Amino acid sequence: MSTEAVMTPPILDVKLRMEHVGMVFGGDRKGVSVLEDINLDVCDGEFICLVGPSGCGKSTLLNVMGGFLSPTNGSVSIDGQIVHGPDPRRILVFQERAVFPWLTVEGNIGFGLSKMSRAQRDERIAHYVQMMRLQGFEQTYPSDLSGGMKQRLQVARALAVNPDILYLDEPFGALDSITRLIMRGELLRIWQVERRTIIFVTHDIDEAVQLADRVVVLSSRPAKIQDMLTIDVPRPRNISSPRYLELRDELLKKIRRAYTV
Amino acid sequence: MSLFVRLRPVAFIAVLLVTWQVAVYRHPGQLLPGPVGVLRGIGDLLQHGLLLKYVVASLFRVTWGFLLAAAIAIPLGLTIGWYRRAEMAFNPLVQVFRPISPLAWIPIAILWFGVGDLAAIFLIFAGCFFPLLLTASSAVHNIPTVYVHVGRNFGLSTSDFVYRVLYPAVVPQLITGLRITLGIAWLVVVAAEMISVNSGLGFLIIDARNAGNRYDLVIAGMVIVGTIGLLLDLGMRSLERVKSFRWGYSGN
Repeated sequence: MSTEAVMTPPILDVKLRMEHVGMVFGGDRKGVSVLEDINLDVCDGEFICLVGPSGCGKSTLLNVMGGFLSPTNGSVSIDGQIVHGPDPRRILVFQERAVFPWLTVEGNIGFGLSKMSRAQRDERIAHYVQMMRLQGFEQTYPSDLSGGMKQRLQVARALAVNPDILYLDEPFGALDSITRLIMRGELLRIWQVERRTIIFVTHDIDEAVQLADRVVVLSSRPAKIQDMLTIDVPRPRNISSPRYLELRDELLKKIRRAYTV
Repeated sequence: MSLFVRLRPVAFIAVLLVTWQVAVYRHPGQLLPGPVGVLRGIGDLLQHGLLLKYVVASLFRVTWGFLLAAAIAIPLGLTIGWYRRAEMAFNPLVQVFRPISPLAWIPIAILWFGVGDLAAIFLIFAGCFFPLLLTASSAVHNIPTVYVHVGRNFGLSTSDFVYRVLYPAVVPQLITGLRITLGIAWLVVVAAEMISVNSGLGFLIIDARNAGNRYDLVIAGMVIVGTIGLLLDLGMRSLERVKSFRWGYSGN
């Protein structure tokens, strides 16, 4: 038995599986088809980027995966179980304005931890304050934080409940380019430390190539999986290496094609 | 702000008062008592123990009418706002009742409750109920969907959701609504007391005229009504500075 375990190549577990997922908004007859026959397996611990033309249904797809919308066709399953609704084991991080303005930084990070003992919760909060570099702002309300800090806070609130999947919907889209660059680095750092499955929606090609293990290119509406690209550049990625630039070019081509289809 | 800027409104009021007194002094007649006369009137009321008694009577009615309206209209409004179907059922009714002046309820109030505190309290209740109902239901509409999503994502139970997301999200708007409605209550109590009771500041004003053309007391009553109204508003406004509510007023 032990020899067999050594012999078999490491097969990564499928964490999330989408089978024939379709989504039609507004009834059957005059409905608008947004997603069409999406099939995708995401491995445990994988970092996936979803890219595609704006308005193609990337956010809809993420909402379907997160259980906020039920697909009109097909199914999403996680660890073999069909998703029927949102679940604290899978947290969606929104583009902006999703931290609670009536809670302090501590209150926001601790939002999902109400079932823990006080001591445990405080420890967890302190850990993510540290990780997200929010020290000194524990008692601050979000209205006094910068946009980047608010997004770090949202990620901290999500990570604090120890989810196994993190869905990120253009989380850095509203930030300035320097802050975005820093935030990407932070996200990668966290992902490497606390290996979780990440599905990241973006319309930024560089973001996708810098972050992802695999980039999924969606077509324009109704969104289908147009193409897939594995980014086989070891991390930390040298963004001027030939392989990086080659992949970046290739992705650009695939996206161009997605626009024209 | 420099002291001078701060004192500007005080100085302006002082100028107006002096002008008023001078005008009354130069054209003595029955048109209006001067500020000195009004001050003397307030002194009279204090001496007879009427001022405190009437203020307490008016505040008592406002407190009950306002609190009753808030206790019923706010939960009802939040519920209606949350359930679209309830809103469709209630909305036409609310829209018809809302433009009816609370004073139109006076005959009904007297018919149901007779002359006394209850009638006045009912009128204040009627004046506050619909504005609060609308405030509460629109506050629910204005909750950003993303907060609702986050609440669901973290697996909150219904009661937790109400207590930890819905309630804090609507509080700033509710406070604004309560502030405006308390102003309405204070307007209504004066009118209600002129007709349906024998005490309070509204009664003071109408009685001073009816019983002896004491216009100094009429103006004294008005000044007191205005001052207390201002204090009530300042009290409600101070709530808007509470840290966990403040976000709702700064545009963030």
